[in-house]
Amino acid sequence: MGDVIDAERKAAARAAATRIARESYGKLVAFLAAPGRDVPGAEDALSEAFANALEAWPANGVPANPEGWLVVAARRRMLDAARRRRGAEAASGALAMIGEELASAEASDLPIPDRRLALMFACAHPAIDEAIRAPLMLQTILGLDAAAIASAFLVSPAAMGQRLARAKAKIRLAGIPFRVPEKDELPSRLGAVLDAIYAAFAQGWAEAFADDPRGRNLAEEAIWLGRVVVALAPQEPEALGLLALMLYSDSRRAARRDGDGRYVPLSEQNCGLWNREAIGEAEARLRAAGAMRRPGRFQLEAAIQSAHAARANSGVTDWDAIVGLYDALHALTGSRVVAVNRAIAVANARGAAAGLRLLEEAESAGSLDGYQSYWAAKADLQARVGDRAAAAASYRMAIGLETDAATRAFLLERLGAVSRV
Amino acid sequence: MQYLLMIHNNEAAMQEARKQDIEGVLAAYGAYTEALKTAGVYKGGERLHPSSTATVVRLQNGKTSVINGPYAEVKEQLGGYYLIEAPDLDAAIGWAARCPGAQFGAVEVRPIWAM
Repeated sequence: MGDVIDAERKAAARAAATRIARESYGKLVAFLAAPGRDVPGAEDALSEAFANALEAWPANGVPANPEGWLVVAARRRMLDAARRRRGAEAASGALAMIGEELASAEASDLPIPDRRLALMFACAHPAIDEAIRAPLMLQTILGLDAAAIASAFLVSPAAMGQRLARAKAKIRLAGIPFRVPEKDELPSRLGAVLDAIYAAFAQGWAEAFADDPRGRNLAEEAIWLGRVVVALAPQEPEALGLLALMLYSDSRRAARRDGDGRYVPLSEQNCGLWNREAIGEAEARLRAAGAMRRPGRFQLEAAIQSAHAARANSGVTDWDAIVGLYDALHALTGSRVVAVNRAIAVANARGAAAGLRLLEEAESAGSLDGYQSYWAAKADLQARVGDRAAAAASYRMAIGLETDAATRAFLLERLGAVSRV
Repeated sequence: MQYLLMIHNNEAAMQEARKQDIEGVLAAYGAYTEALKTAGVYKGGERLHPSSTATVVRLQNGKTSVINGPYAEVKEQLGGYYLIEAPDLDAAIGWAARCPGAQFGAVEVRPIWAM
């Protein structure tokens, strides 16, 4: 009997710790790291505090304010660490600050302020190497470990660990502030935060995490980050646009592979498999963004996905509308990736030959040789205009550049079809 | 925190510049220095003679080597510096952006290692 109660209590404590780790990890790191801009110190202290919680909570019960409990425990660790370091870094004003805040946190039961957005701005600061911003956010806000992030970004865990450590050292030593920028600066700085979240989503989309035993999918984590930004900066239409864009993409997760795990292109997907709830939320988010009348890249991309999603109701895709949106997006970004997608849309609206002409235009503006989607699009359009030899060559390039096995198999199948006489 | 703003400029271009242009640049530096002082940010700053006046000294295997010329042959040379006090990197970047050196070359912002 006692054993049962004990086991139940342990399970409850573990569940509480897991829930807080998931929901509050970034909040606690941001709060602990802010005074001294000490992210590694906060992470270490918090992981020790979680370990303590797993020992203390089963025995004494989950505290009424578990976040506060963790903060007090973690702060004590940070204070100890700072005392040990004092010889090396005497002039540390942070030490005094931590001490003061520790005293005030223990004295009061006030809710912990949410500084996650400020931490995200520190991670996506222009002084931080652009390539490490997304990994840095995944680690500091979500607590993903370097090895998991490394596998998603296709670099070695050692290299990823080193880059993350270097970026965190720069935050502390160069004095990168944990602050949401002023209004005039906000849109451009927010852009870097949103770009990093989208980079994380795109990595997750490649399904490098599909076999992750912990079931943590990078795309889901990115959506979570997108929700955090929307919750903390609800007046920013691009944040809403990004969340809508990710939700639209995610709504098609189940339809992207057939029963045998093969890749299914968007135009051939069974809309019955699309997640209606996700689409509904995406529509609402996009409408809210549109009402603010400040269009931007993510809103336009979301609007394109919205037009695709409309097929679930109408049964047809309004390619003319999609071409119009791509025109606007291309005018706004000048991106060659957008130029390739626009060419595909034009091919569907006005014929493959028109699309091919646009692709060639995009290519002449600068080499797209290393861009897989360019070759896949070109191959498809060449096949549609009947140029099978050229299509086969393009398919081979696309296959050579593809990293996803299912997509590669799909392209190989297409290559087989155009190679058959 | 203290930051060193290192001003890297193309010396050749400066030498070829017209006299009134140089006077304009110097006036801009004067105003900038005043602004730093008025804001209570200024901790120090100097202009350096061109890198042609530089000498590099090393101690190698117990022997002192003295070499004429700058430490590194690059297009833009260190031409001066400011030492400023700023609450964080954003504030330091704000001051670096106002420095005339940012317009004509580049300003490198480095945190001071507090001892």
